[in-house]
Amino acid sequence: MRISLRINGEEHQADCWEGESLLFALREKLGFPGSKNACEQGECGSCSVLLDGTLVCACLVLAAQADGHEVTTVEGLAGDDELHPVQQAFVEAGAVQCGFCTPGLVVATADLLRRNASPSDDEIREALSGNLCRCTGYAKIFDAVRMAAARA
Amino acid sequence: MTRTAPRTLQVGKIGELVPRVDAPPKVKGEFAYASDLIVPGMLWGHTLRSPHAHARIASIDIAEAVAMPGVHAVLTHADVPGQKTYGLEFPDQPVLAIDRVLYYGEPVALVAAEHPEQARRAAERIAVAYEPLEPVADMERATEMPELHPEKPTRGHGYFEDPRPNVVRHIAIRHGDVDAAGDVSVSGVYEVGIQDQAFLGPESGLAVPDGEGGVDIYVATQWLHVDRAQVAPCLGLPLSAVRIHLAGVGGAFGGREDLSMQLHGALLALHTNRPVKIVYNREESFTGHVHRHPARMWCEHRATRDGKLVNVRMKILLDGGAYASSSTAVASNAASFAIGPYESPNALIESTVVYSNNPPCGAMRGFGAVQTCFASEAQMDRLAEALSIDPVELRLLNALKPGDVLPTGQTITGSMPIAETIRAAAALEPPPEEPLPRDVLRLPGGAGNTTNGEGVRRGVGFAVGFKNIAYSEGFDDYCAARVRLLQDGSAEVHCASAEVGQGVTGVILQVARTELGIDDVRLAPSQTATVDSAGSASASRMTWMAAGAVRDACRAALGEQERRPGEEIDVEQIYRHPRTTPLDPETGQITGERAHVAFAACAMKVVAEVDVDLGLTRVVWIGAAQDVGKAINPQQVEGQIEGGTAQGLGLALMEEIQTRDGLITNASFTDYLIPTALDMPPVESVLIEDPEPDAPYGVKGVGEPPTVVSTAAIASALRAATGRDLTRVPVRPDDICL
Repeated sequence: MRISLRINGEEHQADCWEGESLLFALREKLGFPGSKNACEQGECGSCSVLLDGTLVCACLVLAAQADGHEVTTVEGLAGDDELHPVQQAFVEAGAVQCGFCTPGLVVATADLLRRNASPSDDEIREALSGNLCRCTGYAKIFDAVRMAAARA
Repeated sequence: MTRTAPRTLQVGKIGELVPRVDAPPKVKGEFAYASDLIVPGMLWGHTLRSPHAHARIASIDIAEAVAMPGVHAVLTHADVPGQKTYGLEFPDQPVLAIDRVLYYGEPVALVAAEHPEQARRAAERIAVAYEPLEPVADMERATEMPELHPEKPTRGHGYFEDPRPNVVRHIAIRHGDVDAAGDVSVSGVYEVGIQDQAFLGPESGLAVPDGEGGVDIYVATQWLHVDRAQVAPCLGLPLSAVRIHLAGVGGAFGGREDLSMQLHGALLALHTNRPVKIVYNREESFTGHVHRHPARMWCEHRATRDGKLVNVRMKILLDGGAYASSSTAVASNAASFAIGPYESPNALIESTVVYSNNPPCGAMRGFGAVQTCFASEAQMDRLAEALSIDPVELRLLNALKPGDVLPTGQTITGSMPIAETIRAAAALEPPPEEPLPRDVLRLPGGAGNTTNGEGVRRGVGFAVGFKNIAYSEGFDDYCAARVRLLQDGSAEVHCASAEVGQGVTGVILQVARTELGIDDVRLAPSQTATVDSAGSASASRMTWMAAGAVRDACRAALGEQERRPGEEIDVEQIYRHPRTTPLDPETGQITGERAHVAFAACAMKVVAEVDVDLGLTRVVWIGAAQDVGKAINPQQVEGQIEGGTAQGLGLALMEEIQTRDGLITNASFTDYLIPTALDMPPVESVLIEDPEPDAPYGVKGVGEPPTVVSTAAIASALRAATGRDLTRVPVRPDDICL
């Protein structure tokens, strides 16, 4: 089937098999490999994207369900040569090691700060508890969230 | 000697806080991981794996699979053109199963198809007739069961010749009078479950045929040249026809030392003459790499009445699973670091690793020292209690220092600031206890806690651990680097080191900038074709080894430039750390000056709370002091301490691969839990800088020590909170309900 959707503000179309996830379509068919595939069952948050402004795991959404909807991926947070304030904070705080979880965490953090401009430490931990990171132990990720919030 | 990290970003030389060069592309989603690679005409590969832990294969029929839509190739062992077996150290593992399978998930056949779903469905149509056999599932019974590897692949390598079946390696370290008695003695039996590396980026890679019979493999790996050394003979190709390129690595932690898709992808690519991509899903990843060895350890510590260790006796049993991988070195490491960073005039340490039909085990961060640290630090707490001595004081009383002798007979000649490390961790002040009632997120179990905290008990624990840096026991451990000084005044560095997230890319650039005195330095992509081996990104060795090689290559390049001014310079240098020699197979004693080149330690103080009504835990705070030699990039060092601590917390509280008769029953992130943002406490870290005399710039590796010790330190805090012995990790709710 053919789906049409807006990704990062632009119209895109793709031919999909009915069983394909939005994540597979984004990564393999639409040229947006920034969202990562690490568990395929909504446990790790590496594929976090905004679907009509709501934070979702793209692996749990069928590509067909996204037909006619608006998707924001990590690639759409800032222009080509720019960093979103959350991205800038992740770089400076040392919140990136292997980086496989990073796109999902950046999207989830941007979503958190849009809803809550100055979250408490507990709110940060709860908001990001759906995004697994195996490298950092989260400390520098929390630093990055606080840094981004303080600058906003 | 101690320092805290500078807080402002600087330009990029040694000791400065340098932002990672790979961080901007990673935060933007532009960094190309192995699973992101796409080329025109690419096929998808899929691996058919054994559903049995132990079975004979009567027949394999691929006819139906070959006829499925979109399928370009279905391959079995008969299609392997060269050697049929491979292995990181011993070639005991078939490329594809031949007439038997020895573990759940063992690769049996391969499919290449246009779409990954077509490949999966075709694999389901491969008819394999298995005759199930009784699995060797209990490590204690393995030495009484029929041989899984009658050819004894690890025999003849200078190890003790153990006549028992299924012994991969047995090593006994006999130090002093092994029967020496003390005034007091404490004993315990300890157990550690199987831990998974659980790197977030599953095994992935792309194999591209070159049209001339050779192949380029773009893969997430830890050691490019050893991959090539294993792949080429199985493909029946010369080394030069196999080129390994490092693709973006989504974490490693030891789990990418052994091959995953490299050979399989290359076989499919050469067979179809098309590029072939293989990406494991999470379930497959649990069978796609080796794990941390589960262990059982029997310990007796004898001491004088005033707390000096007299004799430590430990028997260590490790389950290596179906194939050898790096088990022989893990067993030896477990023995070498068994008693912890303490001086004991006498010791008897026996370590045995066996073959079984359980998941294959090999390298994981900490490499044998994690298991024994858990056991021996529990013993030190027991000894402190038996003697009514403060546990930190007991550790200080026995702390190793330069000039002391290890149980292997090796005299410590380099940096060993154990007492300083212990004191620095002990001096860290935990936050005051938070009164009840409080937000449920800050109760044990977090949102899962249904009480007002009536059953919450608090405990403070302490532990210290150490391990070796780089390879040991006579292994020829080297790293190559090549430096080109270009006529535009810039420099290009080649080093086949694997950037696995640890930050070695930054280390290389910092060293090159420091040595060359210029800022315009570029690191070329890591590959086998342009530079010799860097060795593995493991054993906490990569910073030391890459720094040494890049330093030497930069200095050689500058020397060459002086001789040939104005010309383009291109030099390659090999760096080796001081030579080690094997341990004696009968006594476990050194046969030269040293079996290990250097050591690094970490001490931790932990505050934990346990809800003893519900069996729920919360680690409240961790204070760590780590012996780092010299921090090349303090921010990245802290990141290693925090991340390494998290993996040890996982092993203490939640992480275990569950098996039933060798079958994995929890191969998903729903059932195998790793720490989340809600599980991790703040980690306060102090860096102890006591330069390693033989290392470039005085560095030590920093990745493993926090993982070695944090499991032990957290278990210590849980014991203090509950009064329970807690002799097994991960600790289960039943263990801590009072």
